[in-house]
Amino acid sequence: MVNFDLSSEQKEIKEMAMKFAKNEMMPKAGEFDESGKMPMDILTKAWELGLVNTCIPPEFGGTGFSTLDSMIITEALAYGCLGMNTTLMANDLALLPIALGGNDEQKKRFLTPFTESYKIASFCLTEPGNGSDAAGLKTTIKEDGDHYVINGQKMWITNAGYADLFVIYCTTDPALKHKGISCIVLDDKNVAGLEIGAKEKKMGHRSSDTRAVTFTNVRIPKENLIGNLGDGWNLAKMTLDHSRPMVAASAVGGAQCALDHAVKYAKERVQFNKPIAGHQAIQLMVADMAMKVEASRLLVYKAAWLLDQGKSNTELASYAKAFAADKFMEVATDAVQIFGGYGYSSEYPVEKIMRDAKLIQIYEGTSQIQRLVIAKEIFSRS
Amino acid sequence: MNIFVCIKQVPDTETKITPNGDGTYIETSSIKWIMNPYDEFAVEQALLTKQANSGSTVTVVRVGGVKDTEALRTALAMGADDAILVESDDNLDSFMTAKALKGAIEKSGKSADVIFTGKQAIDDDCLQVPQLLAGMLNIPSVSVVVGCEEASGAFTLKREVEGGALEVYEVKSPALIACNKGLNTPRYASLPGIMKAKRKPLAQHSLADVGVSDADRRVKYSNFQLPPEKPAGKKFEAMDEAVQASVVAEVVGLLRNEAKVI
Repeated sequence: MVNFDLSSEQKEIKEMAMKFAKNEMMPKAGEFDESGKMPMDILTKAWELGLVNTCIPPEFGGTGFSTLDSMIITEALAYGCLGMNTTLMANDLALLPIALGGNDEQKKRFLTPFTESYKIASFCLTEPGNGSDAAGLKTTIKEDGDHYVINGQKMWITNAGYADLFVIYCTTDPALKHKGISCIVLDDKNVAGLEIGAKEKKMGHRSSDTRAVTFTNVRIPKENLIGNLGDGWNLAKMTLDHSRPMVAASAVGGAQCALDHAVKYAKERVQFNKPIAGHQAIQLMVADMAMKVEASRLLVYKAAWLLDQGKSNTELASYAKAFAADKFMEVATDAVQIFGGYGYSSEYPVEKIMRDAKLIQIYEGTSQIQRLVIAKEIFSRS
Repeated sequence: MNIFVCIKQVPDTETKITPNGDGTYIETSSIKWIMNPYDEFAVEQALLTKQANSGSTVTVVRVGGVKDTEALRTALAMGADDAILVESDDNLDSFMTAKALKGAIEKSGKSADVIFTGKQAIDDDCLQVPQLLAGMLNIPSVSVVVGCEEASGAFTLKREVEGGALEVYEVKSPALIACNKGLNTPRYASLPGIMKAKRKPLAQHSLADVGVSDADRRVKYSNFQLPPEKPAGKKFEAMDEAVQASVVAEVVGLLRNEAKVI
């Protein structure tokens, strides 16, 4: 049996998150896109209302939301502003390895403070020389007494300039590839040898903070290692099973927003003596956009639902991520097209959404990597 | 302090309203329901009053259909303690609604120290229920309230009047306060609040349970219809100086004879 209905509670969550997105985020999205600053007031308010860190289990002070619930929240927040949503979503990305693989003592020590005040976390996987080839990372981890010592550089690290906690992927020996990778938590931002780079200038998601992070003989207590040495690759994969549908959900939110703007504009804009919504050229575009948004949403829901059922979702997570990201790019481009010259102006909202859309095809595994994951899953079946 | 809030569920302001098939009411099947916006100020003021008076409870009351209980659940998620729903699918008039609210408050077993309502509902704009309810309970009421301060059961209320002036009232509990925009900024229902709301008590009564029957009806709705469509505006081309005098004469003629505004 299939049931496409959200529970009454999920509808309320959606309603509330959308209200927050429309009233608090949307009116300020353009301003923070332009300034590139972190909207701390809005982010803190989102935290106060429980919209952030949805992966923290209730035993450690979290809200106890299902994966599907967190998709609903992410879609709404991305509707409000993709950039602000990236900042908020990056917390979950960083906290997930702890929630999934940490022991109770680590969960209490690292996760519970995030439920007591608005704190910011960074997930440090990508390196200057290793993006899609994540298993080729070169940041090293070495034992030294009761500490580990970290050396290396990370790139495109979201939230780095504001982070209270860093989750670092590193290797005992780059030659071991994925088998050598470990995951460790740095919860002291003032530790010696930690260097945070300058804020990167980006095409979109401009209010989110993206930087390089360099570790030079950074000493981290041994009890901060998540799992054992060499467990890191598995933890990263488990994290991505959760976070890829979440990124796909943000694509759905952004695409829905672009579609809603386009529909509203098409009803108002008059050409050839009638609103352009009355012209078939526009109608066909809008119909395609609506189909793409809904199909993306259903893939996201299914990828999340599988996890909530305790089933493997790796393949579906990549379906959702690649499909939703690619369709978002198309929908955003068409929204700009429907707005015509006005769409190209930053006075109107779809220009920003089109710039924001591009990143969704790149981060959290490019659209091409997702297809490789899918093909691998298909051909690995006997 | 026993604080009550009366709320109404109304069509979302973006909803396109159409009469139903036989014109006896509006078509409700496709409506998205929200809490009446003025009632949000009432809920917020009730919660602020509760915060300032430890041991107080906020009970939220609604008369209407069971199918969509969003408004009540929203109020509980914002922080109200319990809810009462008087079920009715009929289109009640203001008198019946006020009587049902009175019955529900009395049936709760708690005596109301203060009742907050919105100043009006944005769907039928009757502006009658708050005053009728206060009249039935024989308590004072102040409406269009934009300022509310409370100290040991006495309320100092500011009320907007013509020209932007304010009237100030001192009212002793029990009283009814009908809230206007500007009184406060309603809080969001937090996500933990939404989760907690599930476990909060929601009592359900029929109209008969609270002593209301069709004999109480004072107003019968006979017909709902859309306002006539506005005719399209007229455009006049007068770029050419040679025609300007005749165009002006034509416009003046139309304003005088057709629009009858001069």
